[in-house]
Amino acid sequence: MQTGSMAVSASIEPVVTAQNLVAGYPNKIVWRDASFSFNRGELVAVIGPNGAGKTTLFRLLLGLQQPVSGTIRIFNEPPRRGNSRIGYVPQRHVIDSETNIESLELVHLAFCGHLWGFHVSAKFGRKTALVALDAVGATELAHQPLSALSGGELQRIFLAEALVSNPDLLLLDEPLSSLDIRRTSELVQLVDKLVRSRNVTALLVAHDINPLLPYLDKVVYMANGKVATGKPKDVLTSDRLSALYDTQVEVIRDSRGNIAIIGVEVHHGDE
Amino acid sequence: MQHAFEAGTLVAIVAGIVGYFVVLRRSAFAAHSLSHIGFAGAAGAVLVGVSPVVGLLLFTSVGGIGMSVLGVRAANRDVQIGTVLSFMLGLGVLFISLYTGYATEAYSILFGEILGISEMDVRVTAVASIVILCVVVVVFRPLLFASLDEDVAEAKGLPMHMLGIVFMLLVALATSVAVQVVGVLLIFSLMVTPAAIAQRLAKRPWRALVLSVIIALGSTWLGLTVAFYEPYPVSFFITSIVFILYLLVRLSQARIKTVHSH
Repeated sequence: MQTGSMAVSASIEPVVTAQNLVAGYPNKIVWRDASFSFNRGELVAVIGPNGAGKTTLFRLLLGLQQPVSGTIRIFNEPPRRGNSRIGYVPQRHVIDSETNIESLELVHLAFCGHLWGFHVSAKFGRKTALVALDAVGATELAHQPLSALSGGELQRIFLAEALVSNPDLLLLDEPLSSLDIRRTSELVQLVDKLVRSRNVTALLVAHDINPLLPYLDKVVYMANGKVATGKPKDVLTSDRLSALYDTQVEVIRDSRGNIAIIGVEVHHGDE
Repeated sequence: MQHAFEAGTLVAIVAGIVGYFVVLRRSAFAAHSLSHIGFAGAAGAVLVGVSPVVGLLLFTSVGGIGMSVLGVRAANRDVQIGTVLSFMLGLGVLFISLYTGYATEAYSILFGEILGISEMDVRVTAVASIVILCVVVVVFRPLLFASLDEDVAEAKGLPMHMLGIVFMLLVALATSVAVQVVGVLLIFSLMVTPAAIAQRLAKRPWRALVLSVIIALGSTWLGLTVAFYEPYPVSFFITSIVFILYLLVRLSQARIKTVHSH
């Protein structure tokens, strides 16, 4: 028993902790009473209907928004802007068919874009950028213009952008939304591989939990101004979700472990 | 003629550089608007007896800061901007009609009259250009990052508001000096099209920037040279050269696409 538990507890190191966290603005609370703890090396899904406040959680972690009350700590400090230990993959990107810039440049900028004026170190950034692209399996895309990339390829580039500062915490805001089943599966496996090989923590916002289930350590379920956190098998139950939604919710599992959440008049998976 | 080449060179360089960011940030309409706002300033300056460049610099700077403060979304609101624009043009027309001096002043503000530029104005242009270049050297990378990936740049702690204001001021300065060469109405030919061509041809920002300057410089020099021999406006030649280049690039890229898709 000793060797078994030692192997597990060696990696338990809280990266994000929150106590009685209330998010939003004083006159418009988005969710309240959230208490959770994410450890190093965990893959966590953030699930919930549109408008539930998933992106708000990320904004709190990035220091872009302050909590209404309660505490939240990252690496044992309060959140602050420009924390290089966090890699962020946002939902929106302005890339369109006119953006002729090559992928390597975007990843390179993530490394040195905050440097003003002349900087010799900017030259070394290209090597770091190539390493990041390699980590996501996108080396052959380095010199392709962003406008020529598919949705799945772009997501890899954005992920490389986030990895370039060697973060300990990855925040991915709806990276799967525009992907088909195969690309979704590929990206989820890539994120899982990165989490395990680099021993980093990843929070991933998604609409559909099923592609993530085999890889998840924890899930954060947000709905109706409330937050439930824990292992998937504990949170994704009819009882827990019914309490969350204040209405009768059925959680059904099929033979392969896929989950369907029935009985809620909210937009799951709608855009 | 020497003053014309001096001023033309300076203008082409800064317009090519600032134009790169204008195209990158999809702010061509904002740049165009600033030149119209500047028109009222230029006409007002002439009325008051001051060089038009001074009026341009003043009005475009204030207009640029105003647009930036109202937010990025405001700068893209075509209708609001257009309404302010037409008022500004109307103001400019009023100032011109009140001016009892040479009527060609209006023409030169609208279409550029670089051949008649004074030494004083060349000096003003030089100072403005140096300011622009110094600012660009400092903010180039953060502005590029903020323009390409807004949300990540914000998350990394870049001062987004400040960068937005700096950008608009750069556009205001560059537009003001560029009006001397191609005028308010043809500002696109120096501030937008060279950069648009360059971005289609180069995949790296630094290369696109240099290419943008080269195209603007080449068109300006060629336009000035031809105007020396032919009695037509310089701005017409510059605009035409740039337009032909743009067409050529678009056509050749369309043909490459067709070849690849077979």
